[in-house]
This record gives sequence, C-alpha cells and structure tokens, in this order.
Amino acid sequence: MSRYGYLIREGFRSITTHGFMSFASVTIIMACLIIMGSVSLLSLNIDALIKDLEDQNEIVVFVDESLNDEESARELQKNIEAIENISSAEFVSRDEAMDNFMSKYDEELMEGIDETVFRHRYIVHLTDIALMSQTKMELESLRGVAKVNAHLDYAQSFVTIRNVVSIVSLVLIVILVFVSFFIMSNTIKLATFGRREEIAIMKMVGAANGFIRLPFVVEGLVLGILGGGLAFLAEWGLYNLVTGRIVGSVTGALLNVVPFKSVALHVFIIYMAVGVLVGAFGGVNAIKNYLKV
Amino acid sequence: MVVMENVRKVYESSNTVALENVSFTINDGEFVFLVGPSGSGKTTLMKLITGEVRPTAGTVIVNDFNMGAIKRRKLPKMRRTLGVVFQDYRLIENMNVYDNVAFAMRVVGAPNSEIRKRVPYMLELVGLEGREKRMPTELSGGEQQRVAIARALVNSPRMIVADEPTGNLDPVRSLELMLLLEKINEMGTTVVVVTHEKELVNAFSKRVIKIDSGKMIGDGMDGYYE
Repeated sequence: MSRYGYLIREGFRSITTHGFMSFASVTIIMACLIIMGSVSLLSLNIDALIKDLEDQNEIVVFVDESLNDEESARELQKNIEAIENISSAEFVSRDEAMDNFMSKYDEELMEGIDETVFRHRYIVHLTDIALMSQTKMELESLRGVAKVNAHLDYAQSFVTIRNVVSIVSLVLIVILVFVSFFIMSNTIKLATFGRREEIAIMKMVGAANGFIRLPFVVEGLVLGILGGGLAFLAEWGLYNLVTGRIVGSVTGALLNVVPFKSVALHVFIIYMAVGVLVGAFGGVNAIKNYLKV
Repeated sequence: MVVMENVRKVYESSNTVALENVSFTINDGEFVFLVGPSGSGKTTLMKLITGEVRPTAGTVIVNDFNMGAIKRRKLPKMRRTLGVVFQDYRLIENMNVYDNVAFAMRVVGAPNSEIRKRVPYMLELVGLEGREKRMPTELSGGEQQRVAIARALVNSPRMIVADEPTGNLDPVRSLELMLLLEKINEMGTTVVVVTHEKELVNAFSKRVIKIDSGKMIGDGMDGYYE
C-alpha cells in the first residue's frame, strides 16, 4: 500500500472508530443543509411568486388627445419600448377599451356615451418592478403621453418583501454554514485528540504537515460528502411532500410552485460543495494547533 | 552534530530563564550524557535540538540546520536526521510492534519493499525478533522502550536523542538498554542521552555534560556524575 493509500485508509478508519461522533457530525451537517436549503427554496418560491405578481402589475399609459387617430397613437409604441425597463407594451385602442369596459359593467351606464370618452392606451409591463417610479417618469416625459397610471405602493410592497426574504435567507445561510463548519471541526478535533500521540510521533519522525493533515481532511471530506448527499435526498422528499400538500389545498392550487426537478441539479451541486468545503476546512482547522510544534 | 554557542532561552509566557550562556559541541559519532537535576534545563536543551522551541539568543546548529533561523517547512527535513526516544515510550497502543516501527517509515514515505526489509532488521537489532505481532500492552517496560528505539532508528538518523529513556525501567533493564544504545553508537550513530540517573551515567565511561539552574557546570570525558 502506498503511503497515501495508508493515510486515506486511516481517514476512513477514524470515521468508524469515532462512530457516534461521525454520526452526530453527518446528522448536524444534514440538518444545517436541510434548513439552509429549505430557506433557499422558500426564498426561490417567494421570488417566483413575486415575479408572477410583478407580471400582473401593469402600468397603463394613456395617449394624449393630440394623437387622436389610431395610426398616430400606434406610432408611440416604439418610443415606449425604447425605454430600458419596459418588457412589453400592448396597444389598446379606444374601441377595445370601451368593449372591455362594457364587458365588465352594465351597458346602461354607457348609454348616450360614445367611444371618444376613452383614450387610446398602452398596457405596459416592466422588467424590474423596483424601478417603477423612474420608468413612470420616463413614460410621462414622452411626447404624446397624457397620463400614466401606476400602482407604485404595490410595487414598493413587492420589492420590500423580496428584499427582506433575500436578506433573511442570506443571513441564515451564512450562519448555518458557520455552524456546520464549527461542528465538523470540533468533531474532527475529538478524533485528533484521540490521536495526538500519533500526530506527535509523526512530527518527531519528520512527517510533513500536509502528510499529517491528510487523514483528517479525508475524514472531514467523507463526512461532508455523506452529510451533503443525505441532506439532498432528505430535502427532495421533504420538498415534494410539502409542495404536494400546498398544491393539493384549495388556496395553494392557485400558487405556482417551483418543481424540485427544475432546481435539483443546483441543490445537489451546492449541497455537495458545502459538504466538501465544510468537511475539508473543518479537518484542516481541527488539526492546526497540533501542527504548530 | 550539535553546536551550541552562548545559548539563552527565556520562556516569555512565564518569564523563566531556562538556559543561560550554554556552549558545547557534540561531534558526529559521539556518545554523550546530558545530566542535571529536575528543572535544570535538560528538557529545554533537548527541545532546542528537536526544534520544539527556538533559542532566545545564541546559536544552535543540529546536523547542519541552524535551529534559530530554520523555516517551519524545513523542520520535517531536519527531524528526519534525528531519532527521538522518550521516557514514556510513546507507542501507539492500537498498533502491534511491527506496525509501530513501520509507522515511522510510512509517514515519511518509505516504499513498502523497504519497510518489509528494514523493520525486521531493526527488531532483530533491538532483540525483539519474534514479537512482531505483540501489542504494546503485552510487552514489559524494557521491551516497549526497545520498540521505541527501533522506531527511532528505523529511518537511519544521524543522531539518537533519548530523553530519560530508563526513567520507567528497573536497574537491570536500564543497564541493558544503555548497552543497546552503546551498541547503536558503535555502529556510527551519535547518541545523546538526557538523564539524571547518576549510577547509570557512572557505569559508563562516556562524555558527560552537566547542567544546573540553566547553566553548564561541567563537560568532561571522565564519565563521572556526582
């Protein structure tokens, strides 16, 4: 067996020797990753929900009476679409506007009134709802625009919710990564304590620090990968269970839930990466005090 | 080879002066006793030799490495020129005799073919042939110390440094162990034995460096320690 083979075997041996601590370590990493993943997936769903609401949150741009005929009013479209934050602009003629109104309200209300009371208009959707106020001003400054109706208060609410969710998720993720790292590090520290004599002998016979570190890094990596893999499977099951319940409920049926399959690869890669990094750095951190001599 | 010139060592954490103006040279192939009462500075001298501590002032050269200026990454290379033996043997309890000795070769990257040749040879040299499969707890104190000596020797160091190697042994086993170290010295390895056992030192006619209260109070070839 090569010297690396021997040290890698030692890393695996330590996992079984400290079985309970290894189990605790994997469980804690799993728990941290599941909480972290659940918060992220919740944030993703809230983001998707807000995006849906954003799409529904339209701005109405009324065309000035100076562009009375439909052809002139339609020429305004390219100017509206030239504004950076506009994702779409749909022209609605005064005839269509009147038809829409009539379909919603009692026809008697419109008795004696012709379509000229309605203006030509554009139904505009934005790319970023956070920039609604600025975009409204840009639209108002266009020649031929009489008035712009925009629900700025709704937009602001959506933006606030999205920002709060993003910040809370980020803070939770950072905290949980650190918690996992320290727990992993302390678990391996217990292993190093049990093997301090071996480490001292390795130092005394002239083993290089990288060489001494290897079994502990292997141990951390294996525990991290195991924790990451199991957390991925558990998250998968948990997410499908929870989203299944939500979609199956009366109010939940209206929600558009992000399917796990569409994010599975990302979740898997992130879990594994966090497991590997927490494991490897936990191993390195655990042994650093012993390598100072 | 060890060269100490005007060495001073102060432990800053406790502001203790452990060594003051110590100078001596140990040439390749010598057998030297480093003697003195408890707290005299013997262990500090040994730690200076093994690179566990650095001198506060003065020069310490061990097997051509300047220990005052040696870079941390160079320490493993320096330590491969030394074999260290401790009073409490420091064997790995869950490894048998063979693996304890082979361990020292494995961690410095020796090939398996060399380990298979070298370990049995070392065990024979220290008189432990046939005990390869025994666990440390199944051996007597003298036998455990022999395993530790085999481990210290297995990588062919230029010098063996033994810190109170007979501290846990009875007089007969102590004498046997010293005879073994003498034999190793005759094969060309420098041997430095740190001890406070007067009878043992006086039983051999070797160079004796005496330390007391951090100062060198004697260095002679008379082999006598009062």
